[in-house]
Amino acid sequence: MEPSDLKTNENLQEAGTSSKTPGSLLNKPVSRRDVLKMAGIGGLGLLLGGGAAGALFKGTKAFTRKESVLNAGRTNEKVHPFYGKHQSGIITPSQNFLCFASFDLTVASINEVRELFQKWTLAAANMTQGSMLGDSAANTSLNLPPADTGEAAGLIPSRTTITFGAGPSFFDSRFGLASKRPAAFPDLPKFRGDALQPQWCGGDIGVQVCADDLQVAFHAVRNLARIARGSAVLRWTQEGFQRTGAAEPANGTPRNLMGFKDGTGNPDVNDAKLMDEVVWAQAGDGAAWMAGGSYMVARRIRMRLEVWDRSTLDDQQRTFGRYRDSGAPLGGQDEFDPLDLNAKDAAGQPALPVTSHSRLAHMDGNTKLLRRAYSYSSGLDAKTGQLDAGLFFICFQRNVSKQFIAMQQILAASDKLNEYISHVGSAGFACFPGAAEGGYIGDTLF
Amino acid sequence: MNIRSSLALSALAATLLTAGCSNSSTDTNSANAASTSSNTGTAAASASSSSDSSSAPASASAAASADFTAAIDSYREYVITETDALVKDTGAFVDAINSGNIEEAKKLYAPARMHYERIEPIAEALGDLDPNIDARDGDVDPSEWRGFHRLEKALWEDKSTDGTKEYADRLLSDTKLLRAKVETVDIEPSLLVTGAVELLNEVSTSKVTGEEDRYSRTDLYDFAANVEGAEKIYELLKPNLADKDPELEKKIGDSFTVLQNELNSYAKDGGYVSYDVLKEDEVRKLSQNLDALAEPLSQMGTLLGV
Repeated sequence: MEPSDLKTNENLQEAGTSSKTPGSLLNKPVSRRDVLKMAGIGGLGLLLGGGAAGALFKGTKAFTRKESVLNAGRTNEKVHPFYGKHQSGIITPSQNFLCFASFDLTVASINEVRELFQKWTLAAANMTQGSMLGDSAANTSLNLPPADTGEAAGLIPSRTTITFGAGPSFFDSRFGLASKRPAAFPDLPKFRGDALQPQWCGGDIGVQVCADDLQVAFHAVRNLARIARGSAVLRWTQEGFQRTGAAEPANGTPRNLMGFKDGTGNPDVNDAKLMDEVVWAQAGDGAAWMAGGSYMVARRIRMRLEVWDRSTLDDQQRTFGRYRDSGAPLGGQDEFDPLDLNAKDAAGQPALPVTSHSRLAHMDGNTKLLRRAYSYSSGLDAKTGQLDAGLFFICFQRNVSKQFIAMQQILAASDKLNEYISHVGSAGFACFPGAAEGGYIGDTLF
Repeated sequence: MNIRSSLALSALAATLLTAGCSNSSTDTNSANAASTSSNTGTAAASASSSSDSSSAPASASAAASADFTAAIDSYREYVITETDALVKDTGAFVDAINSGNIEEAKKLYAPARMHYERIEPIAEALGDLDPNIDARDGDVDPSEWRGFHRLEKALWEDKSTDGTKEYADRLLSDTKLLRAKVETVDIEPSLLVTGAVELLNEVSTSKVTGEEDRYSRTDLYDFAANVEGAEKIYELLKPNLADKDPELEKKIGDSFTVLQNELNSYAKDGGYVSYDVLKEDEVRKLSQNLDALAEPLSQMGTLLGV
């Protein structure tokens, strides 16, 4: 937790030396963990004393350092920066949990949209760094609802990322942005077999919150929704999960709910050149405001788990085109072996069935996108008594037409996996470039 | 009516009564003491703890500087006017029931209740009156269930006034008791501020869900009355609010307009359409607009000092 803690300490020190007015102190972000420590020392009411707070903070500092050492071995202490060239949460290694929220704007003017994004940016910057929302006074006044809803108080940042994107409807006639809609971000066509339900589709704004703690992630979505009241309303939300880092310290490719490794073929996020080719929109792509951003497609894919569970292992493996155990392509040895499209089995048939998922998704080998999917479980389907569970598929790309749409058309037409899955939700979001400190998310567009 | 909030408000009212004597100057002094004390933790701690013991309740109730006398006087007048109307209209409703005129009673039911719903926080602060007048089936022990909703069930579900005279007469006497009590109820600024939000929370928890008037489906009357009651409080505090936080004042005003316009679209024959008529997405929109209003409204506490 070094970077964030140091930063927090700097803030605290600054605060301690400027004892003139309570305001200068109270406007500083307060670490969620320090809030609890301070409460332990003397009660939050002390903060209102302003002048005395410096001494209090100084007293806290040593305490914080000691804590840092104790926590040094914890893997999820890392803090992702909120400001930067790109938004975090795209090429960021997947955290354990997802809370996704789709919003519809209720305001009428672009100025009000801008105000919302300015507020959201500040809040997201605070929450990803593990700071409380609102200054100390706003969380201690007995006359007001606290500015921060409080369920993340005392919790570490948990590698939280918050990623914002604009949906197709954002570019309709309401805000005068129709001409800004990127050509690389068209409406998705209706794919064969789509069973889309309106309650899981679309939205003016998509917010992807990922964190290693579900309560921390939920806190972020809840507070963003609260801040948006009067400006935007929730349209749908979806929680997602994958095996936690703690459950698999080796950090291998996670398995989906069908038991197969999912994401083996992902491009290497450490290859900056490749990311520029596959993920990041470029200034010359036609929409300059999107340079450094990325296009997200999210699909809620229900798995017919009861049906899958009564399919033979052979059927399951031929559906994916991979061995369940190792994740290696059929005919191969290792998970990361390249797909051999020409290999034949003993009977002279393609070792990798022509309708297998991995073979079709591989396409020509040059069409790639970055998958960042999570499993979901949303209780029972009341009608059938079966599990409502599956994959909340999220992918990022530079051009939706050339990447997701091209791939999904092939999969929708022929994928053997279609027997076991059903696309019930769909949304696309143009995820803005990152904001510089002092700027706000979306400032290149508004 | 909501038992839990009723209890909470009773407790709040009790606090207000005890805290009422701590005036604003105490509060200001202790705040000054804390902020001007020397730059050491102990000094602040002692200043803070001494203020804790003497004026902590006051900081939650009394305003630092603003003068709420005019708003409180006007609100008391409003409460008395509404309670007068409640007694009068309930009298007519009860007469219709006691003369077995079911159709007439059904017509009078929802409009009479609106006077009550507009001032519900006050009634809830007055002990048992709220459950006696407004409990729904299941809110209280079945043997104690009476009031508006008991009669609503008789009219709409049992379709009979047999055996209702006792309930009808009790309802009228309960409203008269309410009228007598509002004369003396202690109205603190914080009761105004929390009362406005409380009214909208009433809508959120029972009217939006359609649980309030489950037999008559007249939930929108109550919905509108709760909103009107909250708007009245906002109107009275508006000058103070405009002074303290004009942006918040405007935001609340705009949100009331949006919600009122939406409610107006369901107006019919001087009242409102049956709640059954509303489609799912219409209910959702009402609910979301209500939340959009209640959030800034909950910031009115800023008037009492932060």
